[in-house]
Amino acid sequence: MHLDHSTTYPERHSASAVRADGSRRALRVGLGGPVGSGKTATVAALCRALRDRLSLAVVTNDIYTREDAAFLLREAVLPPERITAVETGACPHTAIRDDISANLEAVEDLEDEVGPLDLVLVESGGDNLTATFSKGLVDEQIFVIDVAGGDDIPRKGGPGVSTADLLIVNKTDLAPFVGSDLEGMARDARQQRGELPVSFQSLRGEPGVEPVADWVRARLADWTGAADAPRPEPERAAAHAGHQA
Amino acid sequence: MRAGAATLLVLADGRFPAGGHAHSSGAEAAVKAGRIRDAASLHRFCAGRLHTAGLTAAALAAAAAAGTDPLALDEAADARTSSPALRRTARRLGRQMMRAARATWPGPGLDALAAARPKGAHQPVVLGLAARSAGLTPLDAAHAAAYENVSGPATAVVRLLGLDPFDATAVLARLAPDMEEVARRAEEAARGPVEDLPAASAPLLEITAEQHAAWPVRLFAS
Repeated sequence: MHLDHSTTYPERHSASAVRADGSRRALRVGLGGPVGSGKTATVAALCRALRDRLSLAVVTNDIYTREDAAFLLREAVLPPERITAVETGACPHTAIRDDISANLEAVEDLEDEVGPLDLVLVESGGDNLTATFSKGLVDEQIFVIDVAGGDDIPRKGGPGVSTADLLIVNKTDLAPFVGSDLEGMARDARQQRGELPVSFQSLRGEPGVEPVADWVRARLADWTGAADAPRPEPERAAAHAGHQA
Repeated sequence: MRAGAATLLVLADGRFPAGGHAHSSGAEAAVKAGRIRDAASLHRFCAGRLHTAGLTAAALAAAAAAGTDPLALDEAADARTSSPALRRTARRLGRQMMRAARATWPGPGLDALAAARPKGAHQPVVLGLAARSAGLTPLDAAHAAAYENVSGPATAVVRLLGLDPFDATAVLARLAPDMEEVARRAEEAARGPVEDLPAASAPLLEITAEQHAAWPVRLFAS
């Protein structure tokens, strides 16, 4: 049997931080959460907020259709070649956690075909509160819940609510209509998450997705700040040109 | 070094992260058409698949594990797969298998095929080469190919029909002698020239794979 080292080779299979040519690859941010909490709407809003300054791509993981990718295409938040749908065989959490190979390929193909990219958003199919992304697939993860899904969700915790790098409590504009206690949700979230950030969001008014976009920009600054050499300006400009469609 | 049964178990495990979970191997189309509706019809579907597409895949895997040129085998696999949708699926799964295999049993044979077929070689060829890299025998590779040929659809039918998982697993257990037989024949064929490898196929699987690929709404990628 041929086994070389006790550590595996990340560049062969997983989220190695550098590309084959030695440059730093795009930051990968996962968005997960229950069905209907607003993941796709948040991805669309993030694309609109970030696309003018960054080279972006999106991978969607639909449960049994290509609805989410179709929505993003219809909304024209990015050119179609920057959006890829992964099919998940009825198990969205498997595709983002236990067997990430199809998602890794989608991300790598996007880098090859429309790169260089600054940021790839990987949207999970709507799932349950235990669904989290593998660290082999994404660098940062956002968990999206909404006030209408029950204000006891932060109290219930679970891996998504407790450990995601950012928790979004979405649709705050609906709180008065569904009787959700936002202060209670914030208190419960703090209890579950300690110092990890929580963003209360409504995409129906100002400031909309902007606080979350700021959080993403800060993660990206950390990511690129850790790179040995920033990408030269002309190459960046060329990468952005494809976004104006 | 010769690897043993434990290594084969790792390779053949349904949880081996090589993308198989998103595919039904034709079972979704068969369920929709009413051809699979219970344990008995699942058994018939799996037996038919095993002795046709399964035998062809197991022989390709055994030949790759025996050291036959993988590019010649990849071509032979293309020639044996008339449906373009199934060729695409086989290459996609081959690429995913390659990623998992290079992480688990890295070796120059896998590296060379990955470089020659960056978008993926046919999955049974990669499976066979992975088995070789792991120190497994051609017969081991044939067993793994035969098993996954029926375990994939059985798992998918549990999700598609809500079929009792105990019944589905019992179907697999009853197919074990067939799997042994297919693996033995595959290994024997793999000792001969590539052009004489089995070329059995199931026309209905090929036709429904093309139809399934065009469905707007489906649970499985194939």
